[in-house]
Amino acid sequence: MEELVRALTIGLTNGLIIALIAIGYTLVYGILELINFAHADVFMLGTAFTYFGTNFIVESLGIPASSIVALLVTFIGLPVVMLLTAGINAGIERVAYRPLRNAPRLAPLISAIGISFVLQNIGLVILGPSQLRVQDVLPTTRLVDLPSGAAWFGVDELVVVLVTLPLLLGLRWFVGSTRQGKAMRATAQDRDASGLMGIDVNRTISLTFLIAGALAGAAGLIVALYYRQTFFQYGFQFGLLSFTAAVLGGIGNLTGATLGALVLGLIAALSDRFLEAKWTTVIVFGILILVLVFRPTGLMAEKQSERA
Amino acid sequence: MTSAVRAPRPTIPNPFAGMDRRRRDLTIVAILLVVAIVYPVGYRSLEAALPFIPWPGTAVLITCATFAILALGLNIVMGFAGLLDLGYVAFYAIGAYTTAFLASSHFGIHISWWIVIWIAVAAAAVFGILLGAPTLKLRGDYLAIVTLGFGEIVRIVFRNLGDFTLALPAFLGGAILVGPNANLTGGNTGINPIDPPTIPIPGPWGNQIVFSNQNAIASWYLVLALLVITYVVCVRLRDSKLGRAWMAIREDETAAAAMGINTVTTKLLAFSLGASFSGFAGAFTGAYQTAIFAETFNFNVSILVVVIIILGGIGSLRGVVIGAFAAQYVNQTLLAFLGTRIFNQPLNDLGDATGIDLLSDFNLATYNYLIFGVVLAIMMIRRPEGLFPDEGAKAEMHGIGVAAEVTAGSAELLAAAEEAEAVALEAAAIEEATEIPDALPDVLPDVLVERGDVIDLADEEKPS
Repeated sequence: MEELVRALTIGLTNGLIIALIAIGYTLVYGILELINFAHADVFMLGTAFTYFGTNFIVESLGIPASSIVALLVTFIGLPVVMLLTAGINAGIERVAYRPLRNAPRLAPLISAIGISFVLQNIGLVILGPSQLRVQDVLPTTRLVDLPSGAAWFGVDELVVVLVTLPLLLGLRWFVGSTRQGKAMRATAQDRDASGLMGIDVNRTISLTFLIAGALAGAAGLIVALYYRQTFFQYGFQFGLLSFTAAVLGGIGNLTGATLGALVLGLIAALSDRFLEAKWTTVIVFGILILVLVFRPTGLMAEKQSERA
Repeated sequence: MTSAVRAPRPTIPNPFAGMDRRRRDLTIVAILLVVAIVYPVGYRSLEAALPFIPWPGTAVLITCATFAILALGLNIVMGFAGLLDLGYVAFYAIGAYTTAFLASSHFGIHISWWIVIWIAVAAAAVFGILLGAPTLKLRGDYLAIVTLGFGEIVRIVFRNLGDFTLALPAFLGGAILVGPNANLTGGNTGINPIDPPTIPIPGPWGNQIVFSNQNAIASWYLVLALLVITYVVCVRLRDSKLGRAWMAIREDETAAAAMGINTVTTKLLAFSLGASFSGFAGAFTGAYQTAIFAETFNFNVSILVVVIIILGGIGSLRGVVIGAFAAQYVNQTLLAFLGTRIFNQPLNDLGDATGIDLLSDFNLATYNYLIFGVVLAIMMIRRPEGLFPDEGAKAEMHGIGVAAEVTAGSAELLAAAEEAEAVALEAAAIEEATEIPDALPDVLPDVLVERGDVIDLADEEKPS
């Protein structure tokens, strides 16, 4: 029973992280109908930046890992990493997708795959071919501990929640209640018409990529700190997981992406715990295929039935 | 008699031009085949005589040809039918594992490779149908993701089934059905050795010819034969009713369906036929390497095949084969050559001097996928039809290509019209000069080119 509680805790924590990445997919898909293959590799770069940043603080500045470092990395590092990845993501859009704006759908997709390969190999160059251990900055003190010791909720998990939840809510508010968010929604609905209505479509798309990149960077920081690892193939691994989440929730739908990510996080954690971890990927992809075959609109789809 | 006057107009396509071209193509193919057959024998002496040229070794050529077969197979799916498949490696793996299961000591089954290859082809085709049947109704990018997922599932399943236990869940008694630690696929250690194909012809090489990596030249001839078979089948498929149906679906699925094409069956055929060729390649690779490992059948292989097709020219058989040889040559010979001969040492020295590890460890050959990624993006933006597109049907799949062609066509039309106008004006001037003003209306219809004629002219300018 405690094992189940622990699996659910891990599942929901992972689900929140996956949601940050999945929303990037869903935002870009909503506006360009493009599966941004490079998105998760931007996230991977976020883990790499965090790795180098914490190394710099702990090793070069000589500050021993402590709660001060944890605060420093989490709350000063977060905007820095987010800015970097946002810039990279918007730059990618400018260089690799914008010239293909009016090309057939396959062209930007293949371009995105190319960029994904470039980023992945940049990751390989700067991180090397194996997993790297990130400095242990987040305390693992247990806040809530069940008597048997098999289930707990730690400080590191609290930090995950404290970072991801405000970002998710903030994004909801931004897209739902601001002028720019309205422009994004309008562009997603009909790019040409919103252009005619005076919305700067290119700027709105750039903004979308900035936001998606920033969220991916935040996810990267959180993953690096919470899993205490970085790896050049994290983009591929997490990317498929979060894309599946976005599809599961109904791609193009923000609430759906969050919900899909939480569901998927739970499924993956349960599979890790009660099956074997090596089968989790198969289960996730199996779900992806089944969802696409039987309910291509996802759990929360509103308007995309003809897109699938 | 008027029709007799019109008949010898030079707009009628010259049948001899077509024949010449065919003969020219056949000559080129024959020369290439002769070079391909002679090259591995003379490769060592070429390398000794001209060491400054990065000659590809026979093993590299074998990889090139294997990927050419894979690319031709994927080209049926991507180029002809216009379906993006990012998990093509799955069928390659299925072909290779079928061979390994049926021709190795793993299960103690030793069927002759010459039979196994057809079973591998059939297995890949069946899995193509199994994957295709439920998923082909999905559109472009969703299909891409599903196939990608399938490719990963196949790789992971082959890896995990090397050590697995199938048991009932605890609440049903927990009885172990298979295992514990059953080994179906060899897992991470793979299946090794696999029986290579043999022909019992005695000679200086022993009492039989063995087509394995111990005998690269014989294996090269074998894979070359497989490539030629694949190529011929692809040409015949392209020109068949089925091929036309694929291209109709690629251009406009709704219109194709309205014309009476069963789109589901046709797409399914593309999927399974495309898959069957990678079964071909898989059966060869397994037997040639005499060992297979699940981890070699990863996503990179699928992407490399896509790169080859994009690079060579999507839908163009010639381009795809050239693309495969070019990509694998760059990947396996050229980058290593350029790295060791030119780039690595100075950059490593620079790295040692400046203390930048990135430069100290620099090795150009490890940047291959980075380079392919850049190439993929640049090709999409600059030249989506590929380096060697099919003439005439220049990348119909890409709206850009078609649009460019249409613009070019209208430019030609415009030029021809202007020319005709100039001719007419000139004629008018001549008429004026010769002072027979009444003749002008009579002259004009003969000199002015009709609308249809202009189009013929434009057609003639294009290589047919």
